Amino acid sequence: MSEGIMIGIVVFTLATFLGIELIQRVPPTLHTPLMSGSNAISGITVVGALVVAGGGYGWISTVFGVGAVALAMMNVVGGYAVTNRMLQMFKKDEVAK
Amino acid sequence: MIALPHSVAEIGYLVASGCFIVGLKRLGSPATAVSGNQLSAWGMAIAIVVTLLAGNILEWWQIGLGLVLGGGIGLWMAKTVQMTGMPQMVAILNGFGGASSLLVGGAEFLKAELANQVIPTETGIVIQLSLLIGAVTLTGSVIAWAKLQEVMSGQAITYPLQKAINALLFVAITGLATYQITTPDAHLAPFYAVIGLSLVLGVLLVIPIGGADMPVVIALLNSYSGVAAAMTGFVINNHVLIIAGALVGSSGIILTRIMCKAMNRSLANVLFGAFGANAGALPGGKSAAGLTVRTVSPEDAAIQLAYAQSVIVVPGYGLAVAQAQHVVRELAELIEKNGGEVKYAIHPVAGRMPGHMNVLLAESNVPYDRLYDMDEINPQFDTCDVALVIGANDVVNPAARSDPASPIYGMPILDVDRARSIIVMKRGMSAGFAGIENELFYHPKTTMLFGDAKASLTKLVSEIKAL
Repeated sequence: MSEGIMIGIVVFTLATFLGIELIQRVPPTLHTPLMSGSNAISGITVVGALVVAGGGYGWISTVFGVGAVALAMMNVVGGYAVTNRMLQMFKKDEVAK
Repeated sequence: MIALPHSVAEIGYLVASGCFIVGLKRLGSPATAVSGNQLSAWGMAIAIVVTLLAGNILEWWQIGLGLVLGGGIGLWMAKTVQMTGMPQMVAILNGFGGASSLLVGGAEFLKAELANQVIPTETGIVIQLSLLIGAVTLTGSVIAWAKLQEVMSGQAITYPLQKAINALLFVAITGLATYQITTPDAHLAPFYAVIGLSLVLGVLLVIPIGGADMPVVIALLNSYSGVAAAMTGFVINNHVLIIAGALVGSSGIILTRIMCKAMNRSLANVLFGAFGANAGALPGGKSAAGLTVRTVSPEDAAIQLAYAQSVIVVPGYGLAVAQAQHVVRELAELIEKNGGEVKYAIHPVAGRMPGHMNVLLAESNVPYDRLYDMDEINPQFDTCDVALVIGANDVVNPAARSDPASPIYGMPILDVDRARSIIVMKRGMSAGFAGIENELFYHPKTTMLFGDAKASLTKLVSEIKAL
């Protein structure tokens, strides 16, 4: 197995444990924003999409890549914007009165 | 244009990863959540800019088109979506993420194949995995969206040999993928077949799951979309994708587990149990024969609420369907004006996705510190004068505690029956999602206020004002 993949597996495993630690502390009140916010993070495939689309690898890659960029950006922008919209609604008692 | 050096790009990606991690941590409290989400968005912006600067980008205008078009549609969706439609929105966004991973994996494969390069085995494996997971996430999410949007029936769709067919499909995909990986000069047919069969598998995995179980499915698909992103990270050997994907993957899995626990069911039971399919024909549970229901007039209910010292509101999805969140808040303010205290008891599966009810109430300006989780609120029912149940059913059914024959036995519930008095607002005597009679409705302490939740609440508000 190449070293790159091996390091990747290590990183993946550690990040998974870190994710479990972080998410377990999120109270149920915030579970919906958590889902839409983490959804936006999974739009990180946009990075892969940009590499594929823009590297001059021929028209198939460009078409696939640009499609992937658009899809991932919907995920990214839609996810962050809607999470922000939701979180703005969460107010403490004093603020409401 | 001079590209950014590789090492600088790596540091940029590391900063982005850090933003995601700290951002998620700050999502852990309502006070810091807004800034956490923004930090996470900055991380994404950094990752995108670094990639554009470091990637020897040639097709600038095509990429610009993709960025602007996708971003524009995403922003439009985020601005226009109703809060009740949030589950559908998250479902379809999961699908887009999966589709993106599928396309990137596919493009990487075709690129190497067309250039007659031999793909190393491990790269081949991660490419096939990103195709499989990406495709399943895509079509599974579309079906979940269609069920929630009620474009298709929310009922579980079952047919003979369902599990066997899915298993067979999975074996076929694995076989084809293995052939593709191990045969350097394989044609493109297995590649397309893997994609096609994975797309079908995504559909078949979600159609047998009933509408009431969609919260679990969305959480699980959320996890898949993260894992798909991580696989793409392996394909293009980029750690920020692996880290971000793993974070999302674990987040989805945790939420899936929480949802399953709240319904007292195993994940396998949710995925393969087809719970919603035979609703109404479930054996067991006490029948309602010989029991009578006491109804209450809005006038009497208003008096009860106006003079209560402590009221706990138990909202269910019926409340959101009736768009009655705002009237509830109005009612709560009146009760408070009369010296009472109002709290909200939120069951984990009260809405259509984890935490959904909290968002719906937050939208109608209910302060978040009035919303209590099941574990926090349950001991408080003993000292509560009136428990006001609005459009909730199975989550307040005491049979879950007391009747081992009931299909929902063992499910954690809100102990509404311990309150001094109970008012249940409901459209009619129909059974809940699980199709089970609810003995709470026949309890001597319970009175029923029938009708549309919004109309009834509006009446209550005007009655209290008139007192």
